[in-house]
Amino acid sequence: MKPNTNNKLFQSALVQEALKQSFIKLSPVKMFRNPVMFMVWIGTLVMAGVCVWIAAGEQKQGSLLYNLIVTLVLFITLLFANFAEAIAEARGKAQADSLRKTREETPARLENGHTVSSSQLKKGDIFVCEAGDVIPSDGEIIEGLATIDESAITGESAPVIREAGGDKSSVTGGTKVLSDKIKVKVTTEAGESFLDKMIALVEGASRQKTPNEIALTILLAGFTLVFIIVTVTLKPFADYAQTPITVAAFISLFVCLIPTTIGGLLSAIGIAGMDRALRANVITKSGKAVETAGDIDVLLLDKTGTITIGNRKATNFYPVHGIGEQYFVKAAVLSSMSDETPEGKSIIELAGINPSNYQINQPRFIKFTAETRSSGIDFDEVKIRKGASDAMRNLVEKAGNHYPQETDERVKTISSSGGTPLVVAENEKVLGVIELQDIIKPGIRERFERLRKMGIKTVMVTGDNPLTAKYIAEKAGVDDFIAEAKPEDKMNYIRKEQAEGRLVAMMGDGTNDAPALAQADVGVAMNSGTQAAKEAGNMVDLDNDPTKLIEVVEIGKQLLMTRGTLTTFSIANDVAKYFAIVPALFIASIPALQGLNIMRLHSPETAILSAVIFNAIIIPMLIPLALKGVAYKPIGASALLRRNLLIYGLGGVIVPFIGIKLIDILVSVFI
Amino acid sequence: MNTEIPGIVLMYLAVVILALPLGRYIGKIFCHEKTWSDCIFNPVDKLFYKLGGINPATEMNWKKHLAALLSINLVWFLIAMFVLTNMSWLPLNPDHNPSMSADLAFNTAISFVTNTNLQHYSGETGLSYLGQLSLMLWQFISAGCGIAIAGVVFMAMKERNAGKLGNFYCLFVRSCTRILFPLAVVLSLLLLFNGTPMTFKGKTLMTSLQGDSVAVSRGPVAAFVAIKQLGTNGGGFFGPNSTHPLENPSYFTNILETVAIFLIPIAMVFALGYVLKRRKLAWTIFVVMTVGFLLLLIPTVVNEMNGNPAITRMGIGQPMGSIEGKEVRFGPAASAYWAINTTVTSNGSVNAMHDSLTPLSGMNALLGMMVNCFYGGVGVGFLNFYIFIILAVFISGLMVGRTPEFLGKKIEAKEMKIAMIIALLHPFLILTGTAMSSFLYAHAPETYAGWLNNPGYHGFSEMLYEFSSASANNGSGFEGLGDNTPFWNIACGIVMLVARYLPIIGPVAIAGSLAAKKYVPESAGTLKTDTATFGLMTFAVIAIVAALSFFPALALGPIAEYFSIY
Repeated sequence: MKPNTNNKLFQSALVQEALKQSFIKLSPVKMFRNPVMFMVWIGTLVMAGVCVWIAAGEQKQGSLLYNLIVTLVLFITLLFANFAEAIAEARGKAQADSLRKTREETPARLENGHTVSSSQLKKGDIFVCEAGDVIPSDGEIIEGLATIDESAITGESAPVIREAGGDKSSVTGGTKVLSDKIKVKVTTEAGESFLDKMIALVEGASRQKTPNEIALTILLAGFTLVFIIVTVTLKPFADYAQTPITVAAFISLFVCLIPTTIGGLLSAIGIAGMDRALRANVITKSGKAVETAGDIDVLLLDKTGTITIGNRKATNFYPVHGIGEQYFVKAAVLSSMSDETPEGKSIIELAGINPSNYQINQPRFIKFTAETRSSGIDFDEVKIRKGASDAMRNLVEKAGNHYPQETDERVKTISSSGGTPLVVAENEKVLGVIELQDIIKPGIRERFERLRKMGIKTVMVTGDNPLTAKYIAEKAGVDDFIAEAKPEDKMNYIRKEQAEGRLVAMMGDGTNDAPALAQADVGVAMNSGTQAAKEAGNMVDLDNDPTKLIEVVEIGKQLLMTRGTLTTFSIANDVAKYFAIVPALFIASIPALQGLNIMRLHSPETAILSAVIFNAIIIPMLIPLALKGVAYKPIGASALLRRNLLIYGLGGVIVPFIGIKLIDILVSVFI
Repeated sequence: MNTEIPGIVLMYLAVVILALPLGRYIGKIFCHEKTWSDCIFNPVDKLFYKLGGINPATEMNWKKHLAALLSINLVWFLIAMFVLTNMSWLPLNPDHNPSMSADLAFNTAISFVTNTNLQHYSGETGLSYLGQLSLMLWQFISAGCGIAIAGVVFMAMKERNAGKLGNFYCLFVRSCTRILFPLAVVLSLLLLFNGTPMTFKGKTLMTSLQGDSVAVSRGPVAAFVAIKQLGTNGGGFFGPNSTHPLENPSYFTNILETVAIFLIPIAMVFALGYVLKRRKLAWTIFVVMTVGFLLLLIPTVVNEMNGNPAITRMGIGQPMGSIEGKEVRFGPAASAYWAINTTVTSNGSVNAMHDSLTPLSGMNALLGMMVNCFYGGVGVGFLNFYIFIILAVFISGLMVGRTPEFLGKKIEAKEMKIAMIIALLHPFLILTGTAMSSFLYAHAPETYAGWLNNPGYHGFSEMLYEFSSASANNGSGFEGLGDNTPFWNIACGIVMLVARYLPIIGPVAIAGSLAAKKYVPESAGTLKTDTATFGLMTFAVIAIVAALSFFPALALGPIAEYFSIY
């Protein structure tokens, strides 16, 4: 089952849950977290008091009905704001639940033969899984190799191979073993897996405000304070002008002016950001990581899998002068007989010969080692070796043989056109060169172009030699590359960029990536990666998709933008609200101020009601935008600012004029 | 041909043409680069350093800068208090004027210390020449402090400049000797040649056309008026300020003084461009300020030249426009120009009665002070603008999906907190001050009957204007307000004090905190702050903050008055 990617915003089950939560969240302890909405909360209480006061006989505060309606609208405003947060939470939770379902109670067979429930597994326990078993908990394979169906998590139906040692040793609870048998060590306590942490984040239990959210809250609190000053000082001003103002009018003015729209949607926006990450199958460990992703300046990408499709393929055989093509191809095929790597297989594929056709007596296969950096086969008196050019040159020259000039040149030509040369030698004499080529993923160039427009520098990390790396870098359109990269090179590059003030993101899976993942500002670990890598990064990608970083960056940007644009919209709305309420307050005693009533609202009461009603209903109307996020377009910062300023700034000034007028027409029918 | 409009266009162009080279010169002074004035002032400055025991090479951090500024101000405040309360027996008092009462001296001393120059007294009868001279010295010190502290913020804004902010005493001395002093000498000579007196002799007798003999006050006026305008101080030598024929004798001196009011505030913007090597940023800021200025100026000029419809309805023609409370030698256009000029720059000198401006012009003068950063006071005007830049950067940074940064430094919660407090302070002081006075008046109109000459909307505008003027450190008065009472002296005194120092401390703290941060290099994703789009954004933030804070108050004052007349 692929996690729920249903994009319908309001599913009835979620809405019901959110409605319930909207009332629960009215508790002052919860409201206090949000200063803007807390003010509305107080205002509602005061209005309720006024209603009681009028019922008890007070005459100067207007009709009971009018005051009751104002109270009700304020109360609904609170519910709407709570609903926004609750629906975002419910959606996030539903998403997480669908992932959590994959790890329902499963029996776990321990090493000692006992069977316990998955929930009883402790960190350090070792269990055994065979073909057909569902893996009961996250863990690391300590023995064996298995093909595993991870579609429950990733939605990808092709099985993957996981084996002990190396970088592909992690297994995830809820995935299914298809073949073979593995021993797995539990790496997390029950309830502490990344997914559990993520669910806690979404549910708000451990959600902390991000630095950016804090700064924005200060801005909003500032505006709220301005309006407290404006409203409070209005009382003596009105005394001076000998205009009595009702409590309802004061509270309405205040509630309309404070930025309730963004205040009510702020936490929903934050949760929705994490939810969008989760929908992209990325588990974030904190809300801050998503935001930081939006700020990234440099992106470190592994070449293999990200920029090029999986593995290199053999594309050409180049025998040296004096060696027959057939002879060379035969040697190349023989040397690759035991080579299980995709490159090795691609050589046999290219040759189009089944190696078992050759009559070979007692072959001895020589495995690739880090020292010799070559592999091959020995039979009879023949020793065939295949390897990187410098390793082969060593081998040849050590035996006192000549390393041909033309091989040297061929190696360079292949390298500089992005290929990888493999030199084949028989009995320490060079036979020729095999060319392997990388295939660059279709569409990757456009994605890098998009990143460049966002202002993000892309860096390709590869083990290839500099010539090959340069060629591929140019062809794929990355800005920089690290060739012949060792793990510490990544680390050094990240440190260097950070020292210059840039924020760096990278993706990694191996244990040797862990320090760099921890050093990077945003480290995305692949779910298939080692536990160390997952601990070090601040996000885990369930799909193991190296291009995921690009999506994460856009999610981060969207999150910030949604906050910014809705803040602008909220504050711009105040202009129209002023024009609705200020004339309404004073028209009775200063008829001249009718000139300010440019919307020609029906009466002071309807004007005030229309403003508070508009103020309330704009919140649910913007919930879809808050949850989906404002669309990000990489058109450069200034153009983007112009666009958003036009839509949300100017729009924020105009929309309420129209909205309040329409509501006024409706309201004046009833009153 | 109507020469009034070309007259004000000329005055504006003249100031921009002069401000460009002056800005470069000020920038060089801040950066300690070679200028023509070195040969004259190096020995003078050395003398000051020696007398003060200052080592101008000592580096200060932003906190030390503030401490230096505040201690200079405190010492001179105490000296001013002493002089003002004792001048009756001190020398240089040929007209035998009395000492000031304690609350008036408190108000006056603060008023000059803070570059406000709100005057609840009249210079002819309220001050001895020693009092005038000590206030003149103050006009140098407060303006010098403003320029120097802006210099500190400029230095802090430089790229990769962690902690290297120079020495405050050195900046202060250089601002006074190399910027204010030479300009003041030139201007006072020009005024002197055009009829402004410069003498220590007492009143002189004049026989008027009717044959009466009148005692005419005089004194060291030319020197006083020059620094009053250049340092955006605005405190007049005489009670009627620059409407007085001896402070501002002719249309020509009016041109000189108008240019002088704007000169340094505009030059500071260009100095910023020079110091940061970001001329485009300076021009962006300049254009935003100018647009704001013009939006206030144009309706004011139009309103004043059209006259008052209430008078028209009485069947009286107004071919000269609204001339009530204006000097005939300046005319309505130049008076309107000055009214906006003096309120946007926090200068506060007047060449016409602001009380007599038509309602919307009065509102524009109020708005000039409420915004207080379209050019603004010397040095501090930019600091106010800086706060709005920080707010605009924050909001627009969010709008483009990037943690906000300004000139390579990230703006975070700490900076936002300070910026918000400072942005709030101005509306808070103006509105709560006006609210207090409205409350007192509304609940005991007989007790405070002496306050307001005009009841109703206009009386409200008078109170609003007084507190706006105090909070903007402007110093002009709407007049018509009986303001030499303990309430106004003390309330305005406190407002001036708070409104002067917090808006200096805030931006310096922000700049200091940003300077210590890691520099983030620009990329294609960085929002450029020197573009028209960002300028528009800053303008929108300024306009929205002013509109949201002051709309109800303005509606009850000038706007209500407007709708009741028109």
